[in-house]
Amino acid sequence: MNDSAGLMNVFVVCFAAAFTGNILLTTFLGMCSFLAVSREVKTAMGLGMAVVFVMTCTTVLNWMLYWWVLVPLHIEFYRFILFIIVIAAFVQFVEMVVERYSPPLYYALGIFLPLITVNCAILGTSLFMVIREYRFGETVGYGFGSGLGWMLAIVAMAGMRQKMAVDRIPKGLQGPGITLIAAGLMALGFVGFTGVLQAR
Amino acid sequence: MNLVLIVLVVSVIAAVLAAVLVFADTYINNYGECEIDVNEGTRTYTVKGGTSLLGALTDQKLFIPSACGGRGTCGYCKVKVIDGGGPVLPTEDGFLSPEEKKENVRLSCQVKVRGNIKIRIPDDLLSVREFTCVCSRIRELTYDIREFRFTLEEPDSITFVPGQYVQLLSPVYAGSSEEVYRAYSISSNPADTAAIELVIRLVPGGICTTYCFEHLKEGSPVRFNGPYGEFRMSDTDAPMIMIAGGSGMAPFNSILHQMKSTGCTRTAVYFFGARKVRDLFYIDEMRAFEKELPNFTFIPVLSEPQGEQWDGETGLVTEAVQRHFNDASGHEAYLCGSPGMIDASIVVLKKLGVPEDRIYYDKFS
Ligand SMILES: Cc1cc2nc3c(=O)[nH]c(=O)nc-3n(C[C@H](O)[C@H](O)[C@H](O)COP(=O)(O)OP(=O)(O)OC[C@H]3O[C@@H](n4cnc5c(N)ncnc54)[C@H](O)[C@@H]3O)c2cc1C
Ligand code: FES
Repeated sequence: MNDSAGLMNVFVVCFAAAFTGNILLTTFLGMCSFLAVSREVKTAMGLGMAVVFVMTCTTVLNWMLYWWVLVPLHIEFYRFILFIIVIAAFVQFVEMVVERYSPPLYYALGIFLPLITVNCAILGTSLFMVIREYRFGETVGYGFGSGLGWMLAIVAMAGMRQKMAVDRIPKGLQGPGITLIAAGLMALGFVGFTGVLQAR
Repeated sequence: MNLVLIVLVVSVIAAVLAAVLVFADTYINNYGECEIDVNEGTRTYTVKGGTSLLGALTDQKLFIPSACGGRGTCGYCKVKVIDGGGPVLPTEDGFLSPEEKKENVRLSCQVKVRGNIKIRIPDDLLSVREFTCVCSRIRELTYDIREFRFTLEEPDSITFVPGQYVQLLSPVYAGSSEEVYRAYSISSNPADTAAIELVIRLVPGGICTTYCFEHLKEGSPVRFNGPYGEFRMSDTDAPMIMIAGGSGMAPFNSILHQMKSTGCTRTAVYFFGARKVRDLFYIDEMRAFEKELPNFTFIPVLSEPQGEQWDGETGLVTEAVQRHFNDASGHEAYLCGSPGMIDASIVVLKKLGVPEDRIYYDKFS
């Protein structure tokens, strides 16, 4: 495969990860923070951007760990525990650095970082990256795309919830009830992308 | 063979990551010495940065009320941060009203000390201390309410305004794996400075009350800090309406002691709501206050007196208040007890003409 086809492939993977195979809406990973932090567009945006950053970096880090260390040593099955450790350590480290050197960035994104450590979508992305045997470039695209898709979903959801906050909703459905229904409808909407492209 | 290699590799990876974090924690997360200025120089503390403001102040024995242990869920730990607090975090947002935000009020458990910081707190808090004491007497008042007397050891005396509360430490015990603090109003005479008394109602399944009822014995060591709170008798001459239920009796008992010792002649009517005769307590004490205070009336009200010998007031305590007053516009009202009772009383009192800013209350929530 020549270079331009390779680059093309990266974009395809990225696009597919963000839309057709949106990690949140097709696999329902990362639901807890999706429901908890989607009350306001501004905070959802902050969390979303933090997820994009962390997902891209940890998927790449875990790719290197997997292909350069675990595979040569034939200890692939240790990826479950090692991926989690890498994610947790990376998030902690980034939090400390951002908090120290860029307070504005910390207040905008950094405070969401602890939430992300336990976000299963992050681990999910790293594990899918292995199953689908992406190469390095594709991994970058996949991590970034998945994060972008997650952010898209949570920001859209926050927009809806801001509107719904002033709507008259039957008592029993207020709060999590209507949010889950809206998430389900949104997932149906994203199914519409399926024909456009299929992630490998 | 291979197994050793695997263990080695996994350990090395974990060790490298741990080393990076330790490095970051000591060099990046090091904010050096920071100065906390309280009430424009009334007190200044030099602390090591990097911890929460609440934690830093507690280490310096300056106690800010906190019921959740700094998890940002109780909203008690508010202080004004004049300078150096950074912007309001999403974790605080829900607890702060727009006015409070304008005045730089923050939850001190969420503010991190990253540099010099200037705060303002009510002067009362400066006199808050931590007390160690011994439980010297436990009296059964009703089937689910007990009176606890704590004799002070260190410091050996306390000054408080009747109506204030303390925060009692519920230690780790079989059934509770965490230390928690809970608020209890002081019920004893403020002239009795060597001890305090609390009136506590058992909340089934409650952490602190289960500790008090099942584990705390006469002779047990106890710790609390305080006193806290703005609930107290005003210094006007306006006639007072007092309303309480259950353990809400506590602060009024203390206030009545104070009225007695200062020879107070203010008119006061005290409505005490309970379900049945078995829920009533301190009746003799209240009748004694009626004799000793020239203008004090005690009115117990039972809501379920059916089948009991009872010739006093019946119904809800709010109904009794309504029967008693046509117009209470010149009165002040003092309420203590469950949030439900307080909210209902406020509605009735406003209907009777008591201005909202003269309704004082402590919700036992
Ligand atoms: C300013 C102030 C003064 C107070 N003074 C007194 C006092 O003098 N005497 C006294 O007995 N209590 C008083 N309280 C209430 C007290 O602080 C505790 O909330 C109460 O004793 C329960 O503590 P716990 O640890 O046993 O229960 P927790 O473990 O905190 O709660 C267990 C469960 O019970 C519920 N619950 C909590 N409190 C109550 C309640 N009061 N009634 C019904 N359900 C409840 C909770 O929602 C929770 O689900 C006061 C509270 C405040 C804020
Ligand atoms: S201590 Fe409870 S909110 Fe800060």
